[in-house]
Amino acid sequence: MSQQPQSPQPFQPPAIGGPGGAMELAETEGQGLEHPEGGPDGGGPRERGRSLWSDAWHDLRRNPVFVIAGLLIVFLVLISLWPGLITSADPLSCDLGRSLQESSSGHWFGFNAQGCDVYTRVVHGARTSVTVGVCATLGVAVLGGLLGGLAGFLGGVWDAVLSRVTDIFFGIPIVLGGLVFLSMTGSRSVWTVVAFIVLLGWPQIARIARGAVMTAKQNDYVLAARALGASNTRMLVRHILPNAVAPVIVTATIALGTYIALEATLSFLGVGLQPPTVSWGADISAASEGMQFRNAPHILVYPAIALSLTVLAFIMLGDAVRDALDPKLR
Amino acid sequence: MSTRPEKPAEESGEKPTAVTTTKGAGASAEREPILEVRDLVKHFPLTQGILVKRQIGAVKAVDGISFDLYPGETLGIVGESGCGKSTVAKLLMHLERPTSGTIKYKGEDITHLSGRALREVRRNIQMVFQDPYTSLNPRMTVGDIIGEPFDIHPDVAPKGDRRRKVQELLDVVGLNPEYINRYPHQFSGGQRQRIGIARGLALRPEIIVADEPVSALDVSVQAQVVNLMEKLQDEFGLSYMFIAHDLSIVRHISDRVGVMYLGKMAEIGTDEQIYEHPTHPYTQALLSAVPVPDPEARDGRERIVLEGDVPSPANPPSGCRFRTRCWKATDKCAEEVPLLAVPETFAGQDTPAAHPSACHFAEEKAAVVAA
Repeated sequence: MSQQPQSPQPFQPPAIGGPGGAMELAETEGQGLEHPEGGPDGGGPRERGRSLWSDAWHDLRRNPVFVIAGLLIVFLVLISLWPGLITSADPLSCDLGRSLQESSSGHWFGFNAQGCDVYTRVVHGARTSVTVGVCATLGVAVLGGLLGGLAGFLGGVWDAVLSRVTDIFFGIPIVLGGLVFLSMTGSRSVWTVVAFIVLLGWPQIARIARGAVMTAKQNDYVLAARALGASNTRMLVRHILPNAVAPVIVTATIALGTYIALEATLSFLGVGLQPPTVSWGADISAASEGMQFRNAPHILVYPAIALSLTVLAFIMLGDAVRDALDPKLR
Repeated sequence: MSTRPEKPAEESGEKPTAVTTTKGAGASAEREPILEVRDLVKHFPLTQGILVKRQIGAVKAVDGISFDLYPGETLGIVGESGCGKSTVAKLLMHLERPTSGTIKYKGEDITHLSGRALREVRRNIQMVFQDPYTSLNPRMTVGDIIGEPFDIHPDVAPKGDRRRKVQELLDVVGLNPEYINRYPHQFSGGQRQRIGIARGLALRPEIIVADEPVSALDVSVQAQVVNLMEKLQDEFGLSYMFIAHDLSIVRHISDRVGVMYLGKMAEIGTDEQIYEHPTHPYTQALLSAVPVPDPEARDGRERIVLEGDVPSPANPPSGCRFRTRCWKATDKCAEEVPLLAVPETFAGQDTPAAHPSACHFAEEKAAVVAA
């Protein structure tokens, strides 16, 4: 954002050019009342110029939950971008002769029913999950934020109509909706699943965004901007959105984990991703076919652990961000 | 709930509210008012129903207010919570549309302006808000907050000049110009209110509407902010409309004072006329409630304790708004709306009691005034 004051400097009583009457008050405030530099915490870093975001970042770096979740997510993003970093095998080159073989040196997670290396498939599945999670969350945040924000800002008839539409979409059970909609599509790619999640996921964010915009709209600084003659666009962009975006970010971060789980659920139910796309959900689904995992639990356990860790990491991240952005917890 | 039998009588009685310029106001009578407010009304509709909204009544927040504001003077408006003080401020600022009535700025009707013309008028009428904790955007630096008026009215200051202008303004309100890159949460309440005042001054307005500018501050800081406002008034020749519920602060800063009760002006006059010679029973009751520090002076002073609560502005009493709590109320008060005018008893006399007072039985009551 904008640059901060270069160095803390001794408080100087403000120079007032006016006649005597005002001098005394300037001096009293200079000496007695709390001013930024003379705060109770003295010379610590807290007193420096900070926005809410830099305060939040300051808190987050000291939060072990955030650090653990963050490291996990960085690792996940790295292997989904370059799976070759930790595996050199091709997840699609399988040898039926090694079907359901247990773990061995060189193949730590063993082989699945098709004779594919489970470790390689788990590593390559990260890309699908991260793509679905991140893209679905972005889509939901943009669509939900836009519609919810408009409803909150415009109010009146717009709010009534948009809110009812939100309620209608909110009422559709997401897994049931997935079974109906996705089973009608012929071939499903990652983008089909992302589009579906955005279509049914946006109402959650829209409600949060609407509430946040309505709260921000009532603040006196919005009135002050209007009293200055600010346009609607200016009030929205400079005053309302920056103050309404925090709850949307928090909800979206937590939702990201659940979207990854949702993709796995849909793939498990057979309406999500199809081979040859490598997906943890599809692998879990394959493992449960014909109860194969009774004899070879490793084909179920490893993708399930990867999925749980990923979902957990994103939900922990969302929790930590929420705590850091909530001014009431300060 | 919506219609009551006495409503027609009430409406017809309300129209001809008297003009409030007074002989008692002395010097102000000869000058041209900078702001003329006539019969200003704001009713907030009460609606029922989800899809098809039906109006079932209205909250009569402001119900026929008239007053003038002269250049360089401070008009104080006092009244208890919910009497419509803040709504008057919002109407003057065009933050709410009035139901009826007119607002004239230098003789020009500005009530229904919009777009470019409204923006021009806004340059001359600015506002200072009550709560310095919600009136400054927490995501903007002080420089951005005070500089925003220049962004909206780019012709006031050329772009390269703005930073210096903002620093000048910080200096004028008694803050260190180095604070330009700080955020509001790094300041105390009094300092934040100074930032709010600097923002109000940025466009060099002629009128500042201050809606309870010190109510949210500590008593020690209140005095500083009020003194600052007085200093700025002298320096820039500002006219203030100073809204507050604290009678002593209003007396300190105001040249003239208006007392509001339930959306109507009860009494208006110079501070001496209102504080030393009140003629409206409501003003007398308010003043009798002001604490007196000297125990000896308390003797012989009558304390008027009003009974009951303020009636709902959605369903105000007929006739005089104050009659339900007034010890003087008679049948006349229930039927006739008292006009805001110099009472007949004092008409033509050269006494401080001869100022507009909306009471059928206006008279002085010596015992309530703390000498």
